[in-house]
Amino acid sequence: MTAKVTFNTDRCKGCELCTTVCPKHIVVIDTTVINRKGYHPATVSDISQCIACASCAKICPDSIITVEKF
Amino acid sequence: MAVVYEKTKGLTDVELHYCPGCNHGIIQKLVAEVLEEMGMLDTAIAVCPVGCSVFAYKYFSVDTLQAAHGRAPAVATGIKRCRPTQPVFTYQGDGDLASIGTGEIVHAAMRGEKFTTIFINNAIYGMTGGQMAPTTLIGQKTTTSQGGRTAEQAGMPIRMAEMLATLDGCVYAERVCVADIPNINKAKRAIKKAFEKQMNNEGFTFIEVLSTCPTNWGMTPIQAVQWMKDNMIPYYPLGVIKEKAMEV
Ligand SMILES: Cc1ncc(C[n+]2csc(CCOP(=O)(O)OP(=O)(O)O)c2C)c(N)n1
Ligand code: SF4
Repeated sequence: MTAKVTFNTDRCKGCELCTTVCPKHIVVIDTTVINRKGYHPATVSDISQCIACASCAKICPDSIITVEKF
Repeated sequence: MAVVYEKTKGLTDVELHYCPGCNHGIIQKLVAEVLEEMGMLDTAIAVCPVGCSVFAYKYFSVDTLQAAHGRAPAVATGIKRCRPTQPVFTYQGDGDLASIGTGEIVHAAMRGEKFTTIFINNAIYGMTGGQMAPTTLIGQKTTTSQGGRTAEQAGMPIRMAEMLATLDGCVYAERVCVADIPNINKAKRAIKKAFEKQMNNEGFTFIEVLSTCPTNWGMTPIQAVQWMKDNMIPYYPLGVIKEKAMEV
């Protein structure tokens, strides 16, 4: 499957809840980036493993994640 | 390309002011998704509380009113009685609903007012800096129970869903949480059922959602979810507390 996960990075508060629900453990915090709000935002480490289950998006309190599949 | 999940139209584009990981954001999103799926974004009316969710009126993309502390059920009563065909709900914290507004919620449930209440139980007063709430657990440290809540001094924590379920006017009471995906799915189903029962004119419907307050609990958002699971669920059991069969 080809999936696409888009983060509205500027709005991420780095709470890490999304990292706890990914069945593939590919949602991670990107410590190399500091966003506009001053947080390390979430990102996907290896999109090829994504199954587009949208778990990360469902738990995101700030609704900043969009999941698509091809 | 197909969109599997995107932000619901039930929420506006305003950035939430909640602390990182606060469950208020997840719960509001579920309510907004249900309103969108049920085609009620043009008709629903929300009554928002005083507490951290005081700004929820900016977040739900439906008509909203912001009530005085604890008085959302009284305001919702007035709205629903004037607009009986429209979906009406209150969104209230435990300080708002179980403390200053105990009278309003009990009497709205007793009268069987046909609106839905979404009750956010995070066992603390979040907005004002972490004081003890009626729902604070025994032993839980807050700024006003610094050695931990004791039953001798403050009594046992109040179980609102069970208490309201004793009233005939309350037709549906369920307790849920949003700790993980299975629980998020269950919470959404419960919220949807409450709105369906409201639209069937069955009576007062009540969904208690166990939530977290990482900031005032002094934990990371992930630790807070674990603390909620370990400590709150044993005292506040999840599940349907009351479901009255519809009279035909
Ligand atoms: C009449 C009145 N009394 C007291 C307050 C102070 N006050 C604001 S929010 C709040 C408690 C909020 O706690 P809760 O309802 O649990 O919501 P949370 O912030 O935890 O989401 C209190 C006591 C107030 N705003 N108005
Ligand atoms: S103080 Fe607590 S309840 Fe309020 S926004 Fe922060 S985490 Fe949420």
